[in-house]
Amino acid sequence: MDEESQNQKKKGKHGKVKKLLKDEKDTRNHKRQGTSKTEVEINTNQKKVKKKQEDEPPQRDKGDKKRKVKAEASSESSDLSDVEELTEEEEEDEEVVGMVVGALTPEELEKLKEAVDDRKKLVSTLRGKPWSMMKKLQTLKESQEFVEKYEGALGKGRGRKLYAYKVMMSKKWMKFLRDFDNFTTACIPWEMKIKDIESHFGSSVASYFIFLRWMYGVNIILFGLTFGLVMVPEALMGRPYGSIPRKTVPRAEEANAMDFAVLWDFGGFAKYSVLFYGYYNSQRTVGWLKFRMPLSYFLVGVGTVGYSYMVVIRRMARNANEQGGGDDTSFNFSWKTFTSWDYLIGNSETADNKFASITTIFKEAIVEEQESRKDDNIHLTRFLRVLANFLVLCCLAGSGYLIYYVVRRSQKFTLAGLENYGWWERNEVNMVMSLLGMFCPMLFDVISSLENYHPRVALQWQLGRIFALFLGNLYTFIIALMDEINLKRKEEEIVKLNMTTWEASLYNGTLGENSTAPSITADPADVPRGPCWETMVGQEFVRLIISDTMTTYVTLLIGDFFRALIVRFLNYCWCWDLEAGFPSYSEFDVSGNVLGLIFNQGMIWMGAFYAPCLPALNVLRLHVSMYLQCWAVMCCNVPQERVFKASGSNNFYMAMLLVILFLSTLPAIYTIVTIPPSFDCGPFSGKSRMIDVIQETLETDFPAWIGKVFSYVSNPGLILPFLLLLVLAIYYLHSISKTYKQFNLDLKKKLQTQNEENKKKNKRAALKAANDLEEARNASTQLQLEQQSKNASSRGMDL
Amino acid sequence: MATSHASATVSSHAKAAPYPKLHDSRRLSPLLEWMRHHIEPLESLTALETTIFKDCTYFTRKEILRLHGRYHELAPHLVPLDYTNEPDVKVPLALIVNMPELKENPFRTRIVESFSEDGMGNLSFNDFVDMFSVLSEMAPRELKAIYAFKIYDFNVDNFLCKEDLEKTLNKLTKEELTPEEVTLVCEKSIEESDLDGDNKLSFADFENMISRAPEFLSTFHIRI
Repeated sequence: MDEESQNQKKKGKHGKVKKLLKDEKDTRNHKRQGTSKTEVEINTNQKKVKKKQEDEPPQRDKGDKKRKVKAEASSESSDLSDVEELTEEEEEDEEVVGMVVGALTPEELEKLKEAVDDRKKLVSTLRGKPWSMMKKLQTLKESQEFVEKYEGALGKGRGRKLYAYKVMMSKKWMKFLRDFDNFTTACIPWEMKIKDIESHFGSSVASYFIFLRWMYGVNIILFGLTFGLVMVPEALMGRPYGSIPRKTVPRAEEANAMDFAVLWDFGGFAKYSVLFYGYYNSQRTVGWLKFRMPLSYFLVGVGTVGYSYMVVIRRMARNANEQGGGDDTSFNFSWKTFTSWDYLIGNSETADNKFASITTIFKEAIVEEQESRKDDNIHLTRFLRVLANFLVLCCLAGSGYLIYYVVRRSQKFTLAGLENYGWWERNEVNMVMSLLGMFCPMLFDVISSLENYHPRVALQWQLGRIFALFLGNLYTFIIALMDEINLKRKEEEIVKLNMTTWEASLYNGTLGENSTAPSITADPADVPRGPCWETMVGQEFVRLIISDTMTTYVTLLIGDFFRALIVRFLNYCWCWDLEAGFPSYSEFDVSGNVLGLIFNQGMIWMGAFYAPCLPALNVLRLHVSMYLQCWAVMCCNVPQERVFKASGSNNFYMAMLLVILFLSTLPAIYTIVTIPPSFDCGPFSGKSRMIDVIQETLETDFPAWIGKVFSYVSNPGLILPFLLLLVLAIYYLHSISKTYKQFNLDLKKKLQTQNEENKKKNKRAALKAANDLEEARNASTQLQLEQQSKNASSRGMDL
Repeated sequence: MATSHASATVSSHAKAAPYPKLHDSRRLSPLLEWMRHHIEPLESLTALETTIFKDCTYFTRKEILRLHGRYHELAPHLVPLDYTNEPDVKVPLALIVNMPELKENPFRTRIVESFSEDGMGNLSFNDFVDMFSVLSEMAPRELKAIYAFKIYDFNVDNFLCKEDLEKTLNKLTKEELTPEEVTLVCEKSIEESDLDGDNKLSFADFENMISRAPEFLSTFHIRI
């Protein structure tokens, strides 16, 4: 009796397990409904198990009792009883499952584990399935039930504790990820503002603000790096203001060090603070934490550039993944039909504009399709284009020369002492650069009307020219700065000489030249100071950025706001309709603004090494810009009439950003590697080159063998083969990508030919079907005629 | 006796629910029982459902709660703020189509119809969340292509035939194009995308075409 019942128990468990696996298979392959022998077995086993469950009272005693108690206590809500029933069933199920799983063979255990994993994967990909929400919820419920039921039980047996622990940790990890996700989405600022702008102006204007927000994020990280690792340690642990010469305002400048004009120019107290390079001391370690200040300064400088590269390239890669392909013209009309409406539009005026622009686009496309290109006087067009390019080049050269001239002039002013000149002379360089940046693009616009290009091509040319203008201006500015740097370095020699004579004068000649008596302490403000070209560079960049920002805001106010006011209010008493005619409201210039943003960021990258305050300044600037421009757009601009993006992909602006990043870091790298730092200021004073700080750290802070390793690694014999390997890798990847492109084109061609063949086949089939129909009809009419003649003849015969 | 008494309380409890239940509401109750049992007891079903919805949509909890607020705003007398009584409520098409996000869209009726279960445009909260999840930024291209196909398929025959394209075009241009121009554009579109030569676009043709469109992801997007 005992053996029998035991055998029955075992079979029952097995049956239940097989039933589980069968369930899994069923739910995984919805369509395949194959019944196999094992499943028949399983069904019979299932019935046996059920019967056994009903027969065995001892296990059910608890359950029954509980149920009876529940039925009697009917005053409780039925919900509760239902829940309890469920709990009961679940508990029993768990026990059974536990027993069952414990008796499984390893392969079945594996299969069960696989099934559980499959379910988990299903749950994670559920949101991407095109099912109705009800179906998704059902599937989710089933899968989660299944996983919960068998996950815990799977742990029983060998390695149970480890498995259960793993499961619990993964659950906690999922929860943590989910909470973190929620937190990060809650942190994204300005979401509603951007949505408002999107519904009024469409996605292309909003893309500028999204780009601005992304830049803001990048700058916050840069700010965190420079502030936390450079400015704060120096402020907290470095020697305080006034303790050493480089940290004090010199006696000569003390009188007006607090004047607002001087502070606005970033001189005076602003200059001798953590904001600029010159303040930092060159002590190897600082404070009780032994914080390596110079090393940190250097590494943060390198780190900001590295982080920026990483972030830009990652964004480009993500954009490239989302795009289908490049600029294709093979689906011209289909794309216009299905992707031209912008679903973000929620404003009726914008919608009307969009309808009108879509109609225009279609009409243009139809015209292009129907007529062949008119053979315009091609020579005239070519001549005009060459002329236009020549004019543009003249413009660029002119602006470059102007900037160079102005920078040299400002040097002369500084030498003569800035107090003698008015506001314009002091800010000449910055004003000239900003004004050029404002007026030259308009000039380019006028010149481009000579060229007669398709609007999208014209926009690309325009952007390219503005890019060249900004780049030229920036580099001229840098070259002029280099001249100043050289001047300052020559000055250093003279100052060094002066210092020795001054020190000697302190001792009044009581001691010999080569003695090492303790120096008499002199007030740091009185010590003659060496020139500090790094701080000068930092100051120039800061001034440039501030003036650029001011110009942008003033142009915004005048060009957009006042113009809107004038158009709105003068319209009542003006001869022609100001709103429809000449000035009218301005449109938001997406590409111009994006370029401005990119170039500002380039300047930040260039100057951040010499003025750690730049990222902080930029964060402030972007914050204010966001609010100001959001307000200006909503208040003074109208939606664009013709919406032309510069290119199909979003990567156009990212590519420009990458180029600017590369070009901005070149000057900084050049100065770091070649020019010796000033002897009297900054964290690298006293070294022959800034890079030497790494050498110093390796020698002093790391064990000896690391130094040896580095010296081996930096051996040219090792670096050259490595570079060669990199070049080979690039060549290989490039050739692979070319093959893939070719492959792609071949496949496309195949699709086209297949398409045409299908059409021909269909036509032939249709023709054949028509012929067959004809023949069948003919045959049937013939048959009818024959029938009739037969009938007639038979009747004739009868008669 | 005892069980009949228990069932009596069940039915009386059901009668107490103020909202009309449709015949398939019974499907909902085991689901909710399971929810209540397995997830930590929370104050309202809305909080419960957000946990479930997060696995089925691309929204975070905060966004789902906000969506619920918007859904309630559409028909405050119809939609309860508290979902504990499992109401099976559907907001009619006319109310949804007047949402600020949809009211300027020429395809708004079709959009709502393709996400509704009955095909007539009456959305339950599930369908509402589903719709905005597919149209959100985070939904992948393939999923959006499936639903775009449904939206542009006006006669719901699983093909984009010439009439569907003509209707689409007329809605896009507010009938400003002449009939010849419309015919030309439709013919050219079919010619470009049709791969199997049956003179209408199946889903495979449509997907092949839309997967290369550079602007599809940015235009087929509603922010809520």
